[in-house]
Amino acid sequence: MAELKDLSFTLRAFLKAYPWRRISPVPCARRDKPLDRCRVGLVTSAGLVVPGDKPFDASVKGGDYSFRVIPADADLAQLEEHHRSSSFDHSGVEADRNLALPLTRLAELAAAGEIGGVAPRHVSLMGSITAPGRLVKHTAPQVVDLFAADGADVVLLVPV
Amino acid sequence: MCHQTVGLVQGALEEAGIVTASITLLAEISARIQPPRALAVPYPLGFPLGEAHNPALQLRVLRALLALTERDDVPVLERFEP
Repeated sequence: MAELKDLSFTLRAFLKAYPWRRISPVPCARRDKPLDRCRVGLVTSAGLVVPGDKPFDASVKGGDYSFRVIPADADLAQLEEHHRSSSFDHSGVEADRNLALPLTRLAELAAAGEIGGVAPRHVSLMGSITAPGRLVKHTAPQVVDLFAADGADVVLLVPV
Repeated sequence: MCHQTVGLVQGALEEAGIVTASITLLAEISARIQPPRALAVPYPLGFPLGEAHNPALQLRVLRALLALTERDDVPVLERFEP
């Protein structure tokens, strides 16, 4: 487990003082079918982008709050990583995109019949968003619409 | 910051009726954000599914995450035991 005490002094001080947004009240959707009938989608904050798609913009003040769509059949090894943060080790995701966007693993679970299927589209964000107002107002509703349109029953989210 | 970004999108999805679960590498931060369901994994930042090129471990994490979607006693913050 990463713990705050292990991070650099500057980062730790920032994280301690930062006014985190608390989700309240905590919403609760209930799964009304077994996993082997659920279509599953993924959200990663690793800033992954399909080659040729617009890169994330590290210069956006408060953080680039846009998102990119990753099709289920994307070639994972070809995805470009645009995460701007220097507060984590990028080598793992560089070596294996499944570490942050486990699409291959999800396909294996679907093939084994453990989940009903893999959603056709997945979502990539760049996590370093210090001013999340626009993320909540503009991006989150679009992400909801995308997964709802694709009939996703379950969405798993992976921060880096 | 990744944890807040993911958590806020997670809240919106859950609000819309889509069942969600997220990984957390920083349980202390997630406890403050309160996503509906989070799985605390014992790995460093940048390694949410454990290890690169370790499909068996990645599958175990993924299965534990999927199992959390059954829970409705939110907010759930569960520890992953590898």
